[in-house]
Amino acid sequence: MNLVDAVLAGDRLALSRLLTRVENQHPEGIEALSQLFPHTGRAHLIGVTGAPGTGKSSLVNRLALHYRREVQPAPRVAIIAVDPTSPFSGGAVLGDRVRMRDLSGDSGIFIRSMASRGSLGGLAQTTAALAQVFDAAGYEIIFIETVGAGQNEVDIARLAHTTLVVEAPGLGDDIQAIKAGILEIADILVINKADRPGVESTEKALRNMLELSHPLRHVFRHHGKIEVVEAAAAAPQYNSWIPPIHRTVATEGKGIAELVESIARHRQHLIESGDWEARERARLQAELEDLLRETLLHQFRSRIAPQIYEQVLQQVLARELSPWDAVHLLVDRRQG
Amino acid sequence: MEERKIRVLVAKPGLDGHDRGAKVVARALRDAGMEVIYTGLRQTPEMIAEAALQEDVDVVGLSILSGAHMELVPRVLELLRQNGQEHVKVFVGGIIPDEDVPRLLEMGVTAVYGPGALTEDIIRDIRAAVLGTPA
Ligand SMILES: Nc1nc2c(ncn2[C@@H]2O[C@H](COP(=O)(O)OP(=O)(O)O)[C@@H](O)[C@H]2O)c(=O)[nH]1
Ligand SMILES: [Mg+2]
Repeated sequence: MNLVDAVLAGDRLALSRLLTRVENQHPEGIEALSQLFPHTGRAHLIGVTGAPGTGKSSLVNRLALHYRREVQPAPRVAIIAVDPTSPFSGGAVLGDRVRMRDLSGDSGIFIRSMASRGSLGGLAQTTAALAQVFDAAGYEIIFIETVGAGQNEVDIARLAHTTLVVEAPGLGDDIQAIKAGILEIADILVINKADRPGVESTEKALRNMLELSHPLRHVFRHHGKIEVVEAAAAAPQYNSWIPPIHRTVATEGKGIAELVESIARHRQHLIESGDWEARERARLQAELEDLLRETLLHQFRSRIAPQIYEQVLQQVLARELSPWDAVHLLVDRRQG
Repeated sequence: MEERKIRVLVAKPGLDGHDRGAKVVARALRDAGMEVIYTGLRQTPEMIAEAALQEDVDVVGLSILSGAHMELVPRVLELLRQNGQEHVKVFVGGIIPDEDVPRLLEMGVTAVYGPGALTEDIIRDIRAAVLGTPA
């Protein structure tokens, strides 16, 4: 049996090996992705982002347990945990499993650690491909824990259907960690470590920032009188999702059931509003265009004499040609 | 295509209390360009084999200070074999009496290190075992 058939039949060792080939962008891995593609599109991808130490791994541990024990019928759960690759050595220490020991011994859970391998933005280049493999292998819930180091972890919002942004109280005197950019990608906000002092002020700050991006009511000054119009009343057809804020204590499992309900509600919202399809479309279109670009460039380069290409590049370097003119020149030469 | 990354699971089976040594080794392997999956304290052989399977590692490094190596190591080896991962190289570090070393090697362990082992030696041995380059 080949690797793809074995994966579709539920062979975990085959799945693990295939993940490695896909991660290494081995030709066999790319071929397998193509064969698995018809089996994808069923999973709910849940991104988990937030600064290091806020409790992302601990939270994923509890969420996975909840899906396996409390949800009927229990979905299979995959976890992809991304940690940074050292820019100096190219190596990495991947430590998220330390917080996920409760999940061992359950064959309906599969945890895979990934090094970012030089890619910025909180994911590795092949994280999306790994999620596709899990999807095809029948994992219905897929958690993706990001590196969590930067403010610009927008890639996760593009990949996941539902993005959780995790904060913790007391990470700075004010909430330094909370930047507008990361809030914009949040479908659900989680204040973890709610057992710690400072929860109230963290929640208040989050609400204030949320109000800016999702105004709940519009305040008008009308003939000197202040009028308040609730957003829902102003535009009842405007079916928008306002990110809920949840408090959790991952170490004790508090707030997890409510969070899982919220995740399910968000999925429902995506489907009913048509956003699920719109996201799928945008994601697949981006993937298609990336591949097209890569393929066309490759074709173009293989058909043009290297000396000519080099010559044009030299002219650009000498500022005799602009890159735009260079493209025209190269493309016209090909057609002429 | 990028060079093959060596993936290593560093685990601490048994009940003894601290993992300083294991962490030092994990960091040294990272600095040698390897991807190290660190699993923390008090891992059972079942947990270790399961993690090795899910992470598709080339190497499992076991740090054992408790003296229980003669029970823990064969169990890990057996589970790896059961899972179809007999190709995974197993390295053992910790406090291992001299007379146990040949017995562990005979069982299929690739190398055994005492508390004074140099990380350079461990790195070199792992590379040799996985990539087949001469040590
Ligand atoms: N007090 C408290 N500590 C927590 C909570 N959740 C996680 N932690 C601890 O915070 C530390 C970092 O957790 P981890 O899940 O590794 O965070 P990550 O870096 O965001 O993945 C660990 O020591 C956890 O035990 C919580 O709800 N309350
Ligand atoms: Mg983590």
